[in-house]
Amino acid sequence: MIEAELGRCVAAWYSGATGVTGAAKLSGGASQETWTFDIVHPGGNVGAILRRAPPGYGASPGRAAGLDAEAVLMQLAHDAGLPSPRVMHVLGPGDGLGTGFIMQRIEGETIARKILRDEEFARARPILARQLGGVIAGIHGLPPTKLPKLREMTATKEIADLEREYRSFGWPRPVFELALRWLRERDPGPSKEVTLVHGDFRHGNLIIGPDGVRAVLDWELAHFGDPMEDLGWICVNSWRFGEIDKPVGGFGSREDLFAGYEAAGRKVDADRVMFWEVMGTLRWGIMCCGMMQRFRKGPDHSMERAMIGRRSSETEIDLLRLLAPRGR
Amino acid sequence: MQDEPTPTELIKAVADFLRNEITPAIKGHNAFKLRVAINGLDLVTRQLALEGDSDSAEAVRLKQLLRVDGALLDLNRALSDRIAKGEVDLQTPGLADHLWQTTMDKLAVDQPNYASYKRELGKK
Repeated sequence: MIEAELGRCVAAWYSGATGVTGAAKLSGGASQETWTFDIVHPGGNVGAILRRAPPGYGASPGRAAGLDAEAVLMQLAHDAGLPSPRVMHVLGPGDGLGTGFIMQRIEGETIARKILRDEEFARARPILARQLGGVIAGIHGLPPTKLPKLREMTATKEIADLEREYRSFGWPRPVFELALRWLRERDPGPSKEVTLVHGDFRHGNLIIGPDGVRAVLDWELAHFGDPMEDLGWICVNSWRFGEIDKPVGGFGSREDLFAGYEAAGRKVDADRVMFWEVMGTLRWGIMCCGMMQRFRKGPDHSMERAMIGRRSSETEIDLLRLLAPRGR
Repeated sequence: MQDEPTPTELIKAVADFLRNEITPAIKGHNAFKLRVAINGLDLVTRQLALEGDSDSAEAVRLKQLLRVDGALLDLNRALSDRIAKGEVDLQTPGLADHLWQTTMDKLAVDQPNYASYKRELGKK
């Protein structure tokens, strides 16, 4: 059924396209879906991705940048030569597909365990951290005048948001209290430089090939803020998938990440990065608790969400390792 | 008094059935969900085995640390409150040890294969 709508939509802007085939939903919550499909063309089929809020789900939730902003950011990244899909079409009311956009499909892997263990990526792993440092620097350097309207965040606001959410659960977690206190005491204040921040730069949102990074996805949490946030978030232990001695995504070192970032002409503040790593660890822990809340109160009663609730203790041990490390 | 088999024995039997008989027959996204389901049952088994001892030890530590009495949930609320107010911190004798022990006991139930936990098990 969606193939008929997509076919009509694609025919209007893709010259020579005769329809679409192989449409399959990759992921989807109630308000946002991702579909893969092929544009049928006499010159050969072309892989495409639809990211949309279905008709009737216009507004994006609190923190989200919104699909229109995501499309602009992805296209800007693509135009700047960063690994990013080309945006092929932004949906309009006439398309009957809701709001969102259609982009080029880029082949590669997003699943961390495969990227970290499969032979196919053996040559990519040692170069990834430095590469990603350069990509993050490129994101932070995107031309400010062309950027869409986004929320502006500071460390102070982020701490307050996390605390409010944690308190709303009504379940005591002394380690989270310790982390909140640690963050408040070391809040570095507003960043001297405020840039575009991707906001969710980590495994799952990066397409990796045997040659290295191929695309940055999911700009949903993009905002303006402290550029060091992106460098801290990708070092959070939760994204190392067992390779805990390789702080960058389980494949690389902070030194390589920072070297790639600085080679692109930007400065790293290692203390601030560490601050954001602690913040990110707590943030993921609170997100896990949030999943548990949605499991309990939401309509879908998902077993996966329930089990993710039991992963918040992982962030507690990681917070203790950061804030109160024990001897050997 | 409820009869045998015990909840632990029942859950183990169900988990083993799913693991050994059903897993080979399931593919795709449902195979992933089945793994999550089995992990859930295994977690419950670990909690039934470990929770009693770890909860009582945690309560003893909390009463000593806070010098008050109460149920475990209330003691944890009191400790959280004191940390939030800055009345106790990592310099307070016994706090770091307590948080470490409590967290290790949680991981033993939640995710005994988590790499940070396995690393810390080798330390004292």
